[in-house]
Amino acid sequence: MRAGFLLKEVRIGLRRNLTMTFAVVVTVAISLSLLGIGLLSNAQVNAMKDYWYDKIEVSVFLCGTLSESPTCANGVVTAEQRAAIKTDLDALPVVDSVFYESQTEAFTRFKERFKNSAIAQNVTADQLPESFRVKLKDPTQFDVVVSAFSGRPGVDIVQDQRTILEKFFRLLDVLRNGALLVGLFSVITAALLISNTLRIAAFNRRRETGVMKLVGASSWSIQLPFLLEGVFSAVLGWVFATGLLSGLKYVVDTKVAPLLTFTKFFAWDQVWISSAILLGVGLFVSILASALTLRRYLKV
Amino acid sequence: MIRFENVTKVYAGQERPALDGVNLEITKGEFVFLVGKSGSGKSTFLRLILREERPTSGVIHVAGKDLGKLANHKVPELRRQLGTVFQDFRLLPNKTISENIAFSLHVLGYSQKEINREIPEMLELVGLEDKADRLPSEISGGEQQRVAIARAYVTKPPIIIADEPTGNLDPELSVGIMKLLDRINREGTTVLMATHDSGIVDQMRKRVIELDSGHVIRDQVRGVYGYTG
Repeated sequence: MRAGFLLKEVRIGLRRNLTMTFAVVVTVAISLSLLGIGLLSNAQVNAMKDYWYDKIEVSVFLCGTLSESPTCANGVVTAEQRAAIKTDLDALPVVDSVFYESQTEAFTRFKERFKNSAIAQNVTADQLPESFRVKLKDPTQFDVVVSAFSGRPGVDIVQDQRTILEKFFRLLDVLRNGALLVGLFSVITAALLISNTLRIAAFNRRRETGVMKLVGASSWSIQLPFLLEGVFSAVLGWVFATGLLSGLKYVVDTKVAPLLTFTKFFAWDQVWISSAILLGVGLFVSILASALTLRRYLKV
Repeated sequence: MIRFENVTKVYAGQERPALDGVNLEITKGEFVFLVGKSGSGKSTFLRLILREERPTSGVIHVAGKDLGKLANHKVPELRRQLGTVFQDFRLLPNKTISENIAFSLHVLGYSQKEINREIPEMLELVGLEDKADRLPSEISGGEQQRVAIARAYVTKPPIIIADEPTGNLDPELSVGIMKLLDRINREGTTVLMATHDSGIVDQMRKRVIELDSGHVIRDQVRGVYGYTG
């Protein structure tokens, strides 16, 4: 069978089954979009992790007037203790940089953060602890700092911002997994719809396929037009899905990013990678669904 | 061209065989009528040749192929050697007459150039030159059957199998169909035709094979429909 004749048969088939073709294209477009949104939310979570983990610090709070931990029983941290802690922090291989925050600086930051709250009125500089803000080369190496400095004289507590962020990211992970799951289910739905559509198409065209069998068409040449119809619908759906994801990226860049300046957003690269994955998924699912259906309904 | 050696076919769930120990041979260029009552095994006989069914036992050779040893994916090759014509014509309703005839050539991968050369020749053979662009619904039953024959013959298969080709047609139209099949046979094609039409069989005086309850009860060289002894 020549390509020209084959394509003509595919075109006739798609046109004769126009409403079903439309339904398949829309379903594939929507389900691939949902899966794409899942992939992009994964990219977004990763982008946020990169951005935040890169910014977070370990805070080593030193004993102040209000410290209650046992290591602070001897009162406020002394100048020697402070100097020794600073030297030891600098000496740790996992530490990238150390920044000292005095009580005055802590107070300025505190007032900045709570400027609209009555609490700022009741706090004085000497009530706030001084601290070392430690930036790690690898944010996951937090334990090294904790074990080296908690319990040491002059150190009140060692606090990692990561533990706070992690709760937030766990929530985001759940949302991302949910999005991926919804995408996955809708792709399965699309596969079932493709399978059913082809079954109807095979039934509608049993006359043609019967004649093809009679004149000795090989089974692949009988099945190929149907397979190509399924693949064509899937590819068309994929084009729409990619358009939708690009639109999403555009909206994020122009409308959302200016409002939410505290984080980075996924890059265009991620849109193209997701789109490539969607094309792969779309082709795989449509070919698989078609092949399984046709094997059953178009036996020679 | 067609050889049955002790062929028996029992359908699943039935006790009585549809064909029971059939031995016969049809050679190249023969014109053979297959007659018998409904349920005598005619359809089974044809279905076995087309390999729509496999025999329960026995050996069938068609066009040089041992059907028992023929792999599934080789079945299309067998069917290209067999032109088939049915009582219900089996034309594609959305394609014109010439597209219907061209369909088998397209399926077998002929180029458009070759197809353009073959089609007028076929239309002339079946006498439908002026109706090439009509749809099947716009022509008569006899004309539709001639289109079906053209489609079966356009690939020049060595064997034509016709299952009650005149079953739906008036006697006058049937004569036209028989003339056409006779002409195709004269060009060297083996023709096997199952029929109930006694008038045709009596008129043509060709080889007649009669089946009854799965047995060949008659095989006459210049036979008639009813057995006269």
